[in-house]
Amino acid sequence: MARFESVLEVVGDTPLVGLPRLSPTAAPGAPPVRLWAKLEDRNPTGSVKDRAALWMVRAAERAGRLRPGDTILEPTSGNTGIALAMVAKLRGYRLVCVMPENVSAERTQLLRMYGAEIITSPAAGGSNMAVAQAKQIAAEHPDWVMLFQYGNEANARAHYETTGPELLRDLPTITHFVAGLGTTGTLMGTGRYLREKVPEIEIVAAEPRYGEQVYGLRNIDEGYVPELYDASVLSRRFSVGTRDAVLRTRQLVEVEGLFVGFSTGAVAHAALAVAHEALKAGRRADVAFLVADAGWKYLSTGAYGGTLSDAEEALEGQLWA
Amino acid sequence: MAIEVRIPTILRQYTGGAKAVEGAGDTLADLLTNLDTAHPGLRARLITAEGGLHRFVNVYVNDEDVRFLGALDAKLDDGDTVTILPAVAGG
Repeated sequence: MARFESVLEVVGDTPLVGLPRLSPTAAPGAPPVRLWAKLEDRNPTGSVKDRAALWMVRAAERAGRLRPGDTILEPTSGNTGIALAMVAKLRGYRLVCVMPENVSAERTQLLRMYGAEIITSPAAGGSNMAVAQAKQIAAEHPDWVMLFQYGNEANARAHYETTGPELLRDLPTITHFVAGLGTTGTLMGTGRYLREKVPEIEIVAAEPRYGEQVYGLRNIDEGYVPELYDASVLSRRFSVGTRDAVLRTRQLVEVEGLFVGFSTGAVAHAALAVAHEALKAGRRADVAFLVADAGWKYLSTGAYGGTLSDAEEALEGQLWA
Repeated sequence: MAIEVRIPTILRQYTGGAKAVEGAGDTLADLLTNLDTAHPGLRARLITAEGGLHRFVNVYVNDEDVRFLGALDAKLDDGDTVTILPAVAGG
């Protein structure tokens, strides 16, 4: 049945697709190593964040924290804001997002289109600054409700209850799960579920390593680690630079016809690394990785065309994941 | 044994402005001790008084987080690249 009562009912249950051309070729007789992509861009607002947004709003409604007409406040670099804006519109809330000024133009346009209000935080401070600024605004407006994706257990629970079970249902032979590390909600929730069911599974994080400008003069004593983060859920954690992320993003289009955002390029890079290790070791592997969003919101960066160095330059200073 | 160490902007005051420096050591702990002779003060910014890696510092060996490779005991080889970065959130 592909008929639903409202767009909110379409969140989750995304397709898992095989990547036979990108997967490394095992020698005859050797155990197969296969890559799979979970297409979270098929959610209503085009990203994995629809799951977290819906779960966080529902949890706040159930707890009596949110009532019709309330104002939701959220620090976000984009996708969570867009997802929350859609959910807020359908459920009757006002949304105020605190967003770093160096995110792509499409994100701002989409947020405004859904009716969200945007407060920008300085580019130099990145998401860390957006979080700090949102906490300050929340203190000034005690009647506003901050769902706070970085510390809201409903964010991780969305993945424990949906993303994890979907993956296991569609790929019972899964050996590795690879996803991007932002709020850490996807990896924490999906990772915990899969570890319970497949104890030997490897949970692999890929985090973006931005251009130097993004880190700027960021003070090491004032860093930020999301409250949701629990390192014991992860097996490994990779840092993927802009060049590798762009290279893999382009490879996914060219080889498998998948048009993804740059954070997925970073995730694919880590997935290929663990796939090739398995191949070298002669181990069977079913590596599933998460496509957090498609490339549409990043076309204005110009990083899909030209040389890799051009793309790297275009993304310098941008929060591309 | 030479290991390339990439230094974030905020810590370049200890390396005379250099973006990358060379060091030596069989483990990350050895490397940081080694680096501290040429670049005094650098180690103290990365390691807490209790002797562990600072919570808001991420260190990668060839793009992999050292906290999953034994942290300060992570093994290093000639030609490895060590990257130091401040922790940044996403989302």
